[in-house]
Amino acid sequence: MSADQQHIAHHDDHGSMTKKKIWGVFWVLLGITAIEFFIALVLIPRGVLSHPIGNILYIGLTLLKAFYIVAYFMHLKFEKLGLIYSILVPLMFIIFFIIWMLYEGNFWMHIRL
Amino acid sequence: MTTNTSEIDEIKSTPWNGGRSPFNVEYGKMMMWFFLLSDAFTFSGLLIAYGALRFSSVSWPNPDEVFQSAPGIHGGAPLVFVGIMTFILIMSSVTMVLAVEAGHRKAKSEVSKWMIWTIIGGLAFLSCQAWEWTHLHHEGAWWGANPFLNKDGSVASTNFTNLFFTITGFHGFHVFSGVVLNVIIWINVLGGTYERRGHYDMIEKVGLYWHFVDLVWVFVFTFFYLV
Repeated sequence: MSADQQHIAHHDDHGSMTKKKIWGVFWVLLGITAIEFFIALVLIPRGVLSHPIGNILYIGLTLLKAFYIVAYFMHLKFEKLGLIYSILVPLMFIIFFIIWMLYEGNFWMHIRL
Repeated sequence: MTTNTSEIDEIKSTPWNGGRSPFNVEYGKMMMWFFLLSDAFTFSGLLIAYGALRFSSVSWPNPDEVFQSAPGIHGGAPLVFVGIMTFILIMSSVTMVLAVEAGHRKAKSEVSKWMIWTIIGGLAFLSCQAWEWTHLHHEGAWWGANPFLNKDGSVASTNFTNLFFTITGFHGFHVFSGVVLNVIIWINVLGGTYERRGHYDMIEKVGLYWHFVDLVWVFVFTFFYLV
């Protein structure tokens, strides 16, 4: 057991995060957040983008940030494929849940109108 | 010398034939991942409930009007304060990975330094949240009380504040738990627990939790403050 754990503990052969990469991801996250602020404080108030388009961009940028956090900070990108799938595949249920619940919410609104 | 390895012996050397960890991660780390998966479902449930209720409403309060203050700024500054909070949490995530990176090199004093910064970041975030909650409470917002009007001027459902306080509260509780875990781990680092153990894997496991808290905030930020 302990010998096995020792073996697992020293698996530094795969892509490890160097300080340079860590700060690289930090600037990406900060940059994406800055873009979101630019959309919210400049583009939408000035009428360059409509609210629905802005919302789609926000969600896209949020998912991009989520990717960087999970892949690099949480190191999932460098794990075994089996572990990656066992974490990501169950999340598909959330997509169905979002579609069903928002569809239902929209239905209630039309009843109220 | 001929090697007569039968096919059956070759199959036995795959990661899934027992005798080793097929995912090549330590048990505790894998369990942390599965806990975080379950926690992701919990937060999704809360945020999807918010989405469903918002979709079912003809109008909804404008976040730029609700969240427009910061300490010393009385209104008119949307996103400023939450921007600071987001920056603090991303920053503390960075210091956490730096602690993990130092742990790989078994640099005890560096791990300790980055853990201190991560703890400070967590406490700073919690302080900001305490200020925001206090500020909103003074404006009359609480569970069951919503002083903000909808965008179209009609009276808004209290579900807006109910869900705001429940979801940011649940997230804040996660941050608080994370700070407690970080402090425990930091004390262990100072006590030389991981030095004696020969590896700093515990920093990685708690780090996973800490990044997850940051990850949830990314979504809370989008759906409460931006959309």
